[in-house]
Amino acid sequence: MTDITRLPYDVVVIGAGGSGLRAAIEARQAGKRTAVISKSLFGKAHTVMAEGGCAAAMGNVNPNDNWMVHFRDTMRGGKFLNNWRMAELHAKEAPDRVWELEAWGALFDRTKDGKISQRNFGGHEYPRLAHVGDRTGLEMIRTLQQRVVALQQEDAREHGDPEAMIKVFAETTITRLLKDTSEGPGGSSPQDGTARIAGAFGYIRETGQFVVFEAPAIVLATGGIGKTFKVTSNSWEYTGDGHALALLAGAKLLNMEFVQFHPTHMVWPLSVRGLLVTESVRGDGGVLRNSEGKRFMFGYVPDVFRAQYAETEEEADRWYTDPEHNRRPPELLPRDEVARSINSEVKAGRGSPHGGVFLDIASRLPAEEILRKLPSMYHQFKELADVDITKEPMEVGPAQHYVMGGVEVDPDTGESSVPGLFAAGEVSGGMHGSNRLGGNSLSDLLVFGRRSGMGAAQYLDALGDKRPVPGDGEIAAAQAEAMAPLERTVGENPYTVHSEVQDTMSSLVGIIRKEAEIKAALAELEKLRERAALVRAEGGPAYNPGWHLALDLRNIMLIAECVAEAALQRQESRGGHTRDDFPGMSPEWRKVNLVCSLGENGRVVLEKKPMPPMREDLLALFDPAELKKYLTEEELPQEPAQPPAQDTASDGEEKS
Amino acid sequence: MTESREEGVVTESRERGTAMGAKVKLKIWRGDAGQGELVDYEVEANEGEVVLDILHRLQATQAGDLAVRWNCKAGKCGSCSMEINGMPRLACMTRMSLFEPDETITVTPMRTFPVIRDLVTDVSFNFSKAQQIPSFAPDPSVGLGEFRMQQEDVQRSQEFRKCIECFLCQNVCHVIRDHEENMPAYAGPRFLMRITELEMHPADTADRREIAQDDFGLGMCNITKCCTEVCPENIHITDNALIPLKERVVSRKYDPLVWLGSKIGRRSHHDTPKVPGQQS
Repeated sequence: MTDITRLPYDVVVIGAGGSGLRAAIEARQAGKRTAVISKSLFGKAHTVMAEGGCAAAMGNVNPNDNWMVHFRDTMRGGKFLNNWRMAELHAKEAPDRVWELEAWGALFDRTKDGKISQRNFGGHEYPRLAHVGDRTGLEMIRTLQQRVVALQQEDAREHGDPEAMIKVFAETTITRLLKDTSEGPGGSSPQDGTARIAGAFGYIRETGQFVVFEAPAIVLATGGIGKTFKVTSNSWEYTGDGHALALLAGAKLLNMEFVQFHPTHMVWPLSVRGLLVTESVRGDGGVLRNSEGKRFMFGYVPDVFRAQYAETEEEADRWYTDPEHNRRPPELLPRDEVARSINSEVKAGRGSPHGGVFLDIASRLPAEEILRKLPSMYHQFKELADVDITKEPMEVGPAQHYVMGGVEVDPDTGESSVPGLFAAGEVSGGMHGSNRLGGNSLSDLLVFGRRSGMGAAQYLDALGDKRPVPGDGEIAAAQAEAMAPLERTVGENPYTVHSEVQDTMSSLVGIIRKEAEIKAALAELEKLRERAALVRAEGGPAYNPGWHLALDLRNIMLIAECVAEAALQRQESRGGHTRDDFPGMSPEWRKVNLVCSLGENGRVVLEKKPMPPMREDLLALFDPAELKKYLTEEELPQEPAQPPAQDTASDGEEKS
Repeated sequence: MTESREEGVVTESRERGTAMGAKVKLKIWRGDAGQGELVDYEVEANEGEVVLDILHRLQATQAGDLAVRWNCKAGKCGSCSMEINGMPRLACMTRMSLFEPDETITVTPMRTFPVIRDLVTDVSFNFSKAQQIPSFAPDPSVGLGEFRMQQEDVQRSQEFRKCIECFLCQNVCHVIRDHEENMPAYAGPRFLMRITELEMHPADTADRREIAQDDFGLGMCNITKCCTEVCPENIHITDNALIPLKERVVSRKYDPLVWLGSKIGRRSHHDTPKVPGQQS
């Protein structure tokens, strides 16, 4: 390989989904020269797949809603394992972030009085999700994309070049983060967690050319890890890139055992198994039935939620029109509960013909209303499965959908333990605890995308002239690593190895886990790791998917190992981590974050870190009787503290 | 109900020959910007699969470096646009049951855009057009959360915002298909529709009617509806976006108030100018 192009920027955002674009917009608005690295074309990121909506306590539909209710719902959904500061910032700032999208041209569905309409969703006490039919993610990505274009138009007028201040590198993949070698004797090793970030190394898909971004601040916004599992609603891009890049650069990953299996995906035809069926179907009145026609969710309401959910079908049905005097239908329990219940029904032999359960909206709403509220779902079932959802029930089952675990970051700035390295969105950890509520992802992307963009800009301001310099040795090593699969004359097919990793993870570290199986998975991963390191990609470097997969495999393997190791350690069941051999939730384990880092030998190391105690005014938002279900005796408040004053405004700049 | 559907499926697969493990014959365009050719393959196909499944199986078993652009495999991102037996389609939404069992399926890249490799084309034309359309321009005095719009008013633009930017409409439009010379002067249905979307946005204040005609080539569109036919989102591009935009342009041109205003200098004759974009 000849010369590598070097591109200097202030901030490099890796990922062009909701959080990446929001971070880039913020960094550019703060006057920083910003590059956005997109693994696919601009505007195609996985955010487009989000259907239901964006949770924000605007109170447009039910005026009783406010950030405190949203905060409570989020903590309950995450079974109190959430980073409470993140949950607080998220609940407080989400409304402004949604309104901001509107000011950038987004067209949400409206209420009768012309405000942004909000819909019901699992785990949310009030109708809270701003939405556009069932294509909310597309609206969000398009709005952010168009906001980037609007900024580029300003720059074209001011600088004569639309890309002077913000440029999107489409179909570009980063394979290594680079560290600073300007300080200290002999520079630093890539895994030295104290050395500063200096840039990123990657390739441009179209040509296979390598490129080095020289930048003091990097924001990871790469999304999730779905392609570690076989049945997933995630696209090919979700190979845990940001998670792995962070580990390899010396940062830490939090609570990787918590993987969300969203309860409703298509199960048939096989080729679309894993295609998402939005939770809005249930939010808008759809119910789950087993092969006996029974609404089985009434039998699965766990103790911690019993007070908030209806016990009879009659009460549940009344709730849609009179939520003040009735409790919610159990179909709207948080996702982990519904997914486990479906799993149990299928295992008990009460499933649908293709191994799912029935999701029935046809008997619940008039056809025209279904078409208006759920157009994409209608389209999807009609075109791919010959099912008319206005006439017959859908067959649905759980699939991997989201990872709650991710890079450990400072809640206010998104900065990781590595100076100059930030993370936002799905790749970051903490916000959602052990289980994410539907609708809290799109709002998370906006709130923490913006905060990490601000954080990166502030980091640069503090840096002054002391800009880091990536080392030639690291760049050469990154290049050799990337070229290796193309240069091998013998080696396994990367597709085969990938498929076996997915099989292993899905069957042994899936929705229900037990010690012996996780150990078997780890043994299997050990062998796969060696095979993955020796795969061969046929063909050349230009737009070669086999080569790209060979490079992604390193990330997939690392993340699979983190998930399995953490799943083995956590001896309890909570949210997106269910241990058959430890079925209960343990208050002792609630106080523990499991943190992954990379040891000297490149292997995953796990440590237990105590969960910081919740601030008293936030604790006071909960009924002590509810807290008792989650916290240990010592953690319970001694005397009732004062809840925070009614405050619906954002406290954007507040630090605590 | 479910049983009968299953039976239907079995019948279909018997008739169509896509039972488990059956082989299908494909001709796939392989090559790069320089040259290429149709290459024959035989690939296993299973019940219920789409063309993209077959291409993935081909990658995994016979042609690891076959270039295919795709993302969501759910008809929501608009990445896997290609031509299948000559029809512009999304590979993820084209079911194998559409074809006769012994039919050879020919898959080629979109013809209007330059080939990068195999089935992947360079669609940067579209992104540079997007950069030139003056952006949403709300009244700056409206504060956060203060917009009030009625559902029936947002609905018109919402239809156009369903667009997944697959660019199949751009690919099929005869103004630029096989007429590269028209590309600088013509934005194509996707971006003319974007102009309509902004024009119909209840909170937008800019006027893009003149540049729609002068800079984005609205006049070159002669409403043959090819774009509407290939739209995987079933957006009525011609009837709801292009024709109404043409009508608005005409009504502005011949609006006596606009004419008078421009004469006595009370209203500017020109609307928001096109933004200079970089040509890639």
